[in-house]
Amino acid sequence: MSLDYMKFTPGFGKFMPKEYRDLVEHGPFGRKVSVSQVGTFKEILEEHPMCAGCAMTLFIRLAMISFPNPEDTITVGTAGCGRLAISQAAIPFVYGNYGDQNGVASGLSRGLRLRFGDRPKDVVVMAGDGGTADIGFAQTLHSWFRKEKFTTIMLDNEVYGNTGGQESGMTNKNQVLKMAPLGKKFEKMDMVGMAKVAGCAYVATVVPNNPRRVESVIKKAVLIAREIGPTYIQAYTSCNIEYAIPTDKVMEDAKNVENDRYRFSEYITDEAKQYLAEVYGYKEYLPKPAQALTKS
Amino acid sequence: MSEAVETEVKTNPQGDPITATKAPPSTQSGKRDPHADAKKQKVVSPEYMFFEAPREREFITGSEAAKEAIRRSNVDFAVAYPITPQSETMQLVGVLYGEGYVKEYYRGEEEYGVMSAIAGASRAGVRCFTATAGPGTLRGIEPIASWPGHRLPAVAFFTCRVVNAPLAIQPDNIEIAYLLNCGMLVFHAENQQDVFDFIMKGFVISEKNDVTLPVGVCCDGFFVTHARGYCAMPDRGLKLPPRDSWRGAVPVLDAENPPARLSRDAPVQKSNFMAYNIHAVWQQEVWAAVERSRKYINHYMGGLVEAQDVDQADVLLIASGSAAAQSREALRLCKDEGIRAGLIKIRSLRPFPTAELRQLCTKAKLIVIPEFNYVGWLAKDVAAAIYGYSNAKIIAGPHVYGGMSMPVEMIVDEVICGLTGKKSSAVPASAIMGATEVDQEAVAHFMQNI
Repeated sequence: MSLDYMKFTPGFGKFMPKEYRDLVEHGPFGRKVSVSQVGTFKEILEEHPMCAGCAMTLFIRLAMISFPNPEDTITVGTAGCGRLAISQAAIPFVYGNYGDQNGVASGLSRGLRLRFGDRPKDVVVMAGDGGTADIGFAQTLHSWFRKEKFTTIMLDNEVYGNTGGQESGMTNKNQVLKMAPLGKKFEKMDMVGMAKVAGCAYVATVVPNNPRRVESVIKKAVLIAREIGPTYIQAYTSCNIEYAIPTDKVMEDAKNVENDRYRFSEYITDEAKQYLAEVYGYKEYLPKPAQALTKS
Repeated sequence: MSEAVETEVKTNPQGDPITATKAPPSTQSGKRDPHADAKKQKVVSPEYMFFEAPREREFITGSEAAKEAIRRSNVDFAVAYPITPQSETMQLVGVLYGEGYVKEYYRGEEEYGVMSAIAGASRAGVRCFTATAGPGTLRGIEPIASWPGHRLPAVAFFTCRVVNAPLAIQPDNIEIAYLLNCGMLVFHAENQQDVFDFIMKGFVISEKNDVTLPVGVCCDGFFVTHARGYCAMPDRGLKLPPRDSWRGAVPVLDAENPPARLSRDAPVQKSNFMAYNIHAVWQQEVWAAVERSRKYINHYMGGLVEAQDVDQADVLLIASGSAAAQSREALRLCKDEGIRAGLIKIRSLRPFPTAELRQLCTKAKLIVIPEFNYVGWLAKDVAAAIYGYSNAKIIAGPHVYGGMSMPVEMIVDEVICGLTGKKSSAVPASAIMGATEVDQEAVAHFMQNI
């Protein structure tokens, strides 16, 4: 990792803005931080222009705390609410064209591997439900089928929030929204099922009201994508504006949705389990003692 | 001018000349490292590669010329979709990947994904190449049009075909009209030699710090990609220096440079005067970089135009691509007729050779601009460039399109009609500009409405 770019030129430190000094002196770069330590270090995303009570922002913030190597992580996104926050973070962010994020990430991660070999350069796609499942659908699925080694995170608010509340492929059936005046006429797309079919090595669904769980799935997804294959996280990140959720009820809504249709689920291939156990010491994936043998 | 006597060309039993696609004979059976030759390639400077290295002529197709250019260009990343109509170029680049000359390569899902992957890989700091044609170009045009704004060096090879519909696959260079206003550099190759040279030189110019823009190398599909021509090439054991992204003017996104937040204050996020100003300045800077590329085009490509017999000419043929090849033959026929004619071949469409044309067209009485498309994008650019600098009558034609070839006699006919005032059977009155007797209302229609 190259942390030199973060450091001050000798003698200039005291003239730097406080925000920048905090990032250099108390930031997460080059050391391990956890969501349980929030408040004791400078986060790479703090200020943002998102709506009050936005669950998506909370999720993005938690995700960024959870990146295993934030100093060597590059995020890729597309149009939507999410990029308004992601682009404010102190790590590189690619904001290209509409729905191009998984195509860009394919070229980016392959290019970085050419230049840096096995040195980890984590590419993480964070895009909305429209960007991932509608306009970017072909590139998303094909990047999975090609076994591109990067993480795709869908910020699923079940609506086109940034453009004013239109139906998306991830909207639930019968939901009345703009462009669905009679209610949506087909089911919410099963992107989790498609991720498995397309060959993702790790697939998880989460809601943002359990920070430790968010941290766990993000870390696993990014680590597995380094060497094993594509990983996919689908996060419920409600739009309290378009779905008229009172600000103080956003977490309650997330809890209700979790119980209703967004239960925590985790799919991991045997190869990914073995990799996490052997390379990163994940005890839960260590081979179990062969009990059958001891019995006999 | 001393023209070297043509050397005898070896042929295979069918009588076809032996070409570069023939693999060099294997020295050992079976166990040879497929990357052995690629590993032995030697890096040489662009100056040596382009100006000093001895060259050997081969009789090859345009697609093979592109392949040979990529072999010597130290390309890291290549991706393409096999759209109909493609050329053989990208599958030949796939052969190079198998031989280790290209480091990373895959078949993309479609052009939007392909052009996006080029954007990602160029941001990662590696040298990128792709090729497409006709409908593929238009399918990829959204990401292509964003490459210059993101300041992404790369070379894309457009082997022009008709833009559908009705569904067809024939040669026609209408797609260049869409590429001209993207902010990228656009070169138009006349033949196989140009394809080879423009692609290699395109990489070098594209990556110059004060340019940092993508280069589109266009050629007329089929006429150049599938047909054979002589191409003089340096030894295949030589290659250009790699892309040096550490020194790039625009930080690449490798997390080794300070975070590049192109969109931190992206104009799309706000609607106020500063936002408009940011986007306006950005566009100005892209086009300023296009301007700055002129000195490199002059240095490496020998100028934005190539002028032949212009000094004493009454009639000038101005053309690019395959139309330039046809015009060169038409020039010979004109001379047989006793007409004092000259030819200006345009190599670079963006930047456009405005100053060169103003100087070269001063004395001409008649300018004929043959094109392989319906709309006459070159004629409009030429007319706009020399307005006020030339009193010549300008004939925006003849045009062929939809797959037609252009008989050289068609061009000669326009020259004769232009000189004698005889009514042309191929070019409408609306496409005749510049002289006092032309129908100004018709010209306005041509310039504005098509």
